[in-house]
Amino acid sequence: MTSVLADYFPVLVFGVLAVIIAGAMLGSSLLFGHQKPYAEKVSAYECGFEAFDDARHRFDVRFYLVAILFIIFDLEVAFLFPWAVSLSRIGLFGFLSMMGFLGILTVGFIYEWCKGALDWD
Amino acid sequence: MAHFFLHTMIGQVILTVLEALAVLVPLLLGVAYLTLAERKVMAAMQLRKGPNVNGPFGVLQAFADAIKMITKETVIPSGANRFLFLFAPFLTFSLAMTAWAVIPTNDGWAIANINVGVLYLLAISSLGVYGVLIAGWASNSKYAFLGGLRAAAQMVSYEVSIGLVIVSVLLAVGSLNLNDIVLAQRHVWFCLPMFPMFIIFFISALAETNRAPFDLPEGESELVAGFFVEYSALAFGLFFLGEYANMFLMSGMVSILFLGGWLPPIGIAPFTWIPGPLWLIAKILFCLFVFIWVRATFPRYRYDQLMRLGWKVFLPLSLVWMVLTAGFLLATGLLPQGGAS
Repeated sequence: MTSVLADYFPVLVFGVLAVIIAGAMLGSSLLFGHQKPYAEKVSAYECGFEAFDDARHRFDVRFYLVAILFIIFDLEVAFLFPWAVSLSRIGLFGFLSMMGFLGILTVGFIYEWCKGALDWD
Repeated sequence: MAHFFLHTMIGQVILTVLEALAVLVPLLLGVAYLTLAERKVMAAMQLRKGPNVNGPFGVLQAFADAIKMITKETVIPSGANRFLFLFAPFLTFSLAMTAWAVIPTNDGWAIANINVGVLYLLAISSLGVYGVLIAGWASNSKYAFLGGLRAAAQMVSYEVSIGLVIVSVLLAVGSLNLNDIVLAQRHVWFCLPMFPMFIIFFISALAETNRAPFDLPEGESELVAGFFVEYSALAFGLFFLGEYANMFLMSGMVSILFLGGWLPPIGIAPFTWIPGPLWLIAKILFCLFVFIWVRATFPRYRYDQLMRLGWKVFLPLSLVWMVLTAGFLLATGLLPQGGAS
């Protein structure tokens, strides 16, 4: 095994073991549990009523907005990781470059804030 | 025998499997007893007894719960997407277990000592959102759907501040390796110089694991149980175990990033006699106790308050602190030299 593969091999082992344990647990309850489904039991739960209709409806656009904002800031964090680790070598120039990038992002953040994209009411 | 394990391929595979089991089995037992510990601690805080029937002080309660869940029927709602419905708890549980591959329990004792350990943990905890989202969508129930949406929005919101807090720690370490992060805290734990970040990380960890006071995705009074309202038997059990394993993982991250991992508080005689793994376990248990303590103390947040705290308080605060840390370290020449090679 090459060294990179050897480094990551335990991760694979953990993944396989976790899947086996989860599968065994799920399988055991399917095996030992007494399965007896009928129409009322398998209908979606709705506080004692029979379910009115399908749950897959339109939902608030704010959730979508949060996801978009998350992508922007998570990308920013992804850029920051290599920068943080190598800051001692890229020195002041690297620091100022990142400050320029963060400055642009902050302008966008302030704009979002003023436009009310971060409010949830 | 030693030759077989260290120098042959099959021997190394067996060794790795045994090492992994040496982490996973105690972890699963710990998770099972965390559920009991939570009930006991909360009972004590509310002047009740808690579970006390099964075995002395209720210590067999965890096994009684397991047997009950095994013998229950796995109800799959008629409107649900069967494959995704069963896949969601599977995913949540497997991810929570897999993340433990990189946690170092002593100097160099991480089972997978990879050089991007922090990124790995961040990636795994980000994937956790999928389990919740898939469960909410696949159940085809209104409560589950709303709970899943809420959980997803909440988890991604707090992940941004978690990422920024981790970046501030990395600035002071100069490496993504978890072993190096702990070793960098030999002189002072990061919870002292970065105290505000420590608090932000801890609160974000509460939000990330959907714990009180941020347990809106499963808020009983409005969403019954949120995204796992339709689950039963061990499909529910896997979610339950996965969530508690995530609490363990987040406590482990707090311990490693801020509380010096396996290091004793002071490197002098009486403290150094206690082996490193015990220190790590003690720190993780302390964090878990605080998780439960917080749950017994604070009322639930409103959803708009939750989002405001994440986006308008934690995000700017952690961003400013990160920039200040970088500037301070650069100006004083205290940046760790070398870094990742």
